[in-house]
Amino acid sequence: MAELAIETHALVKTFRKTIAVDGIDLAIPRGGVHGFLGPNGAGKTTTIRMLATLTKPDSGTARVLGRDVVTEANEVRRRVSLTGQFASVDEDLTGAENLRLIGRLFGYTGTRATRRADELLSAFGLSDARDKQVKKYSGGMRRRIDIAASIVVTPELLFLDEPTTGLDPRSRNEVWDIIRAMVSSGTTVLLTTQYLDEADQLADRISVIDTGRVIAEGTSSELKARVGNGALHVRVMHPADRPRASAVLARVLRVEIRDEVDPAAVSATVADPAIVTAALTALADENIELAQFSLGQPSLDEVFLALTGHTSESQTDEEAAA
Amino acid sequence: MTRLDKLDERTDVVPASAESLAAAMRAALADVERPNPPGPLSTSLTFGWRALLKIKHVPEQLFDVTVFPVMFTLLFTFLFGGAIAGSVGGYLQYVLPGLLVQGVIMITMYTGSTLRTDIDRGVFDRFRSLPIWRPSALVGMLLGDAVRYTISAAVTISLGLALGYRPEGGVAGVLMAVLLILVFAFSFSWLWTFFALVLRTPGAVMGVSMLVITPLTFASNIFIEPSTLPTWLQAFVEVNPVSHLVTTVRDFMGGTDASGELSITLLWCAGLVAVFGPLTMIRYRTAG
Repeated sequence: MAELAIETHALVKTFRKTIAVDGIDLAIPRGGVHGFLGPNGAGKTTTIRMLATLTKPDSGTARVLGRDVVTEANEVRRRVSLTGQFASVDEDLTGAENLRLIGRLFGYTGTRATRRADELLSAFGLSDARDKQVKKYSGGMRRRIDIAASIVVTPELLFLDEPTTGLDPRSRNEVWDIIRAMVSSGTTVLLTTQYLDEADQLADRISVIDTGRVIAEGTSSELKARVGNGALHVRVMHPADRPRASAVLARVLRVEIRDEVDPAAVSATVADPAIVTAALTALADENIELAQFSLGQPSLDEVFLALTGHTSESQTDEEAAA
Repeated sequence: MTRLDKLDERTDVVPASAESLAAAMRAALADVERPNPPGPLSTSLTFGWRALLKIKHVPEQLFDVTVFPVMFTLLFTFLFGGAIAGSVGGYLQYVLPGLLVQGVIMITMYTGSTLRTDIDRGVFDRFRSLPIWRPSALVGMLLGDAVRYTISAAVTISLGLALGYRPEGGVAGVLMAVLLILVFAFSFSWLWTFFALVLRTPGAVMGVSMLVITPLTFASNIFIEPSTLPTWLQAFVEVNPVSHLVTTVRDFMGGTDASGELSITLLWCAGLVAVFGPLTMIRYRTAG
């Protein structure tokens, strides 16, 4: 049997009173992208920090590439690399200086470190910004230099903590291309994200994490099958029409119609997208004016609703209230 | 904003297609050469190099090591000279070695807030995730600081010479004095790195640092002969490590025998590192 990239048993981490990670079991094979999907505060980052040897687990065990993260931490550090909100580059230095710094720390000579820095800057399209301080980089460039800094010495396993949070769509696509390219050359990637479509685009398998636990695991199609194929969002022109619209949709689609916070909007999870055209016609027949009508991927909230019975947002509210 | 946009336009030339990106990435990742892990000295020096780069990019941080020594030297010499020693010239001869020490000790406290800022920005988490001797990031930072201390010392000494200070110990005595101050500052700074890892904001680190530094520098023999003090204060001044350092520095610069106080000062240095070095590293290891 091939050695697993990550294997954990009953991993637990508590901060003061909050249980951040509450017994996570993982068995992630080498190769490809594994996604951690979950809302803010679900325990994704804490889990990654333990796997990257930055935080010690309170109990449970974790082996990364066959090495124990506590007793063989240095062996793990030699083989993994991480990029995230919590592991970044020095903003005061230039892109080239940051990469050279890391190269030197891994033991490259001065010239070799400079050569490696230039090679990476050009692979990441940052050659023209090599001598600019990182604090003057745009968000997308910043994320690319962060990732470049993680692969100065090619890691066997790369942790990417929310690599696209806060990026515009174009920069996000660039980061996705970079991740795909890395995977195609054999690196294993563990990616955390709050976006279902990101996990869908990149991850071979996804662990859905909520309140410090893995609540579902599978490929993106397996998860979506549990959630329903499509998320229908309808916004009527006049909020007064909402109850009527809701009734029409319930009749045609034969699923539960949910009222949104927006007083003019409703949503539903649709198993068979073909039936949606019929719903559109039915609404027109009833003379209900529409402001918006869309069928898309289920959102993270909808995944959570289907898997846990509550949305990710109401979850955080409960936590805050508790 | 406009400048950023322009920069972005010029530099956002990610290889046009996903395929060419993949090719470039494969080439970059195919480089699987694993250099031999560097030793503690090498990684510490690399972090020292980082500190120098930061001085290059943010030269404003040299403001406090150039302006403060000038201000302190002029202020204290002319303010207290007549009152304490009867003449500015005579007092300068007494106080300059002390001001040299005070100037450096004052700026050691920036070490703490710099480290705290690094931690808050996530830079230290990357360093902590590397397979290197863990204290090297901190040791390197302190080595880089030695450059700032040297500048501060050079400014104070130059100004002192211009005002008429004459070191009887000659060039060798002055160099020995500065070297000892650097050793002491390096040892003393482990206190600040410890605070930086215990306290949560750069502001809190600065606040606590002031609380420690003010009594250490003022309740010492920097400005006055301790014999003029009430007994209880004399007792503190006598155990204060800064007093031992100042006496040794005075001996070196004045060309008198420094050996007695030197060993006490070095013992203090060793003690500070022995206590706050490990304390810092325990916090550093478990931080977060």
